[in-house]
Amino acid sequence: MAIIAIDRTAKNIVLSVQEYSLFAWRSLLNIFHPPIYWTDFLMQSDVIGVGSLPIVILSGFFTGGVLALQSAATLSEFGATAVTGQFVGLTMIRELGPVLTGIMVAGRNASSMASELGSMIVTEQIDAMRALGVDPLRKLVTPRIYSSIVMLLLLTIVADAFGILGGAAVTVLISHQNGTQYLNSAYEHLRYSDIIQGLVKPLFFGYLLGSIGCFYGMRTTGGTEGVGRSTISAVVTSSVLIIAVDFLITHVLLSVFPT
Amino acid sequence: MSPALVPAPQSPAPVRDAAPVVSLHGISAGFDGPPVLQDISFSVAPAETRILLGPAGVGKSTLLKLIIGLLRPLEGSVRLFGEDISNLPEERLFPLRARAGMVFQEGALFDSLTVRDNVAYQLIQERAPDEEIDSRVHEALRFVGLEETFSLYPASLSGGMRRRVAIARALIHHPELILYDSPTGGLDPVTSTTIIELIVKQRDVHATPALLVTHRLQDAFTLCTHRFDAEQNQMVPLPEGQINHNTTFLMLEEGRLILDGSLHELLHTDNKAVREFLE
Repeated sequence: MAIIAIDRTAKNIVLSVQEYSLFAWRSLLNIFHPPIYWTDFLMQSDVIGVGSLPIVILSGFFTGGVLALQSAATLSEFGATAVTGQFVGLTMIRELGPVLTGIMVAGRNASSMASELGSMIVTEQIDAMRALGVDPLRKLVTPRIYSSIVMLLLLTIVADAFGILGGAAVTVLISHQNGTQYLNSAYEHLRYSDIIQGLVKPLFFGYLLGSIGCFYGMRTTGGTEGVGRSTISAVVTSSVLIIAVDFLITHVLLSVFPT
Repeated sequence: MSPALVPAPQSPAPVRDAAPVVSLHGISAGFDGPPVLQDISFSVAPAETRILLGPAGVGKSTLLKLIIGLLRPLEGSVRLFGEDISNLPEERLFPLRARAGMVFQEGALFDSLTVRDNVAYQLIQERAPDEEIDSRVHEALRFVGLEETFSLYPASLSGGMRRRVAIARALIHHPELILYDSPTGGLDPVTSTTIIELIVKQRDVHATPALLVTHRLQDAFTLCTHRFDAEQNQMVPLPEGQINHNTTFLMLEEGRLILDGSLHELLHTDNKAVREFLE
């Protein structure tokens, strides 16, 4: 019995991965063939991008502040408080900016996509759309995925900027150090490879959170309870995958741009 | 035909010799468990209204979804407008589906769109001019008697009004086939009669072929024994003993088709399951 259960679970996992891969791939390719729903793309960009701006600004600002606080204590032991700006800037741009923004946006938008599409599935709105001759993958999924990619890239830049500002605020107001020195240190040690690393990641994270949110929404079964399950699965899976994929991308990018 | 049930002279002549709009051959369908439908074969002729009867959970809605390719059969073939859609890729199904109209069980209106945008959904996707959209939406809403709901959202409509808006959405594109999935399910008798009147109106005014799923016998009999009077702009009963002979019956029981025939055949069959259903 146990072997049968393991066998069934393994098959279900493989099947889900296959279904997700096909779903995500088709959704991505839809942009190359008409019809392309530009209005939906703009509307989703507003929901995902503008809607997420406050949480991204706040989380970026306070993360930068915490980094500055924590690093100042340690760096002062070595008399190296002058490199606080470099530490906060590089950490935000290369790592924490993309990952934190990805997780925050996944929490807000992957859940919203899964619940919205899931509700449409259980109320037969998706079937109605198909019956009216409109492809829900093109109309609902593709705009959400591309909006997630574009908006996460822009939101990451915002998070990076506010993270560095948060670090500056802590450095000047709490640690009583020189603000110009902080900003100079942050700027001077920044290289193009750091910026590339920081801007490549959100492209992958945006694709992940958009496609996973939509995937779980579109395969919702079991009524309103199923919508809840899809929402939880979408947030958990996209958040975990963002961290896992971050590790892989970092590994690859470090081999391309060695420090 | 029984002398008690003769074709109404007003109803158009039967058109069963013409190529069917829909035909199913040996259809079986199911999900993860045992098959929901087994060996189903029937067709819908031009101008014909077929009423699909059967108890709840017998696979009636599944059958409707198979007809426009929302579900795929496990076995058999489905021909829609002469084309075999059983294995047609999804992207080639969209133009065929756009030629049909479907009214879902609970209406399935898009809750984030106004009634205007719901009814005009297909026209908006085709990028029709706004003036044309507004005029056709008004025309469709007038047909279902809900012109005043033009700017409202589905959440502010009653269950019966939502079904009528769903009918307007299905009809706006002048479909070549209409599928009604339990359009009166869960509605009070007065609202049900309003919906049935709309179906009779569409049948008699536009002669659109239709397949109507229901488990309410009174709705089925009303469809057979009434016609739409354009002069009075309302549904009126046919003279005693007359029926609309383009309205015929199918009945499902435990996933199998157990009846395919006229009202006379429905009423005089010896099939035990049909008799129990009628009683």
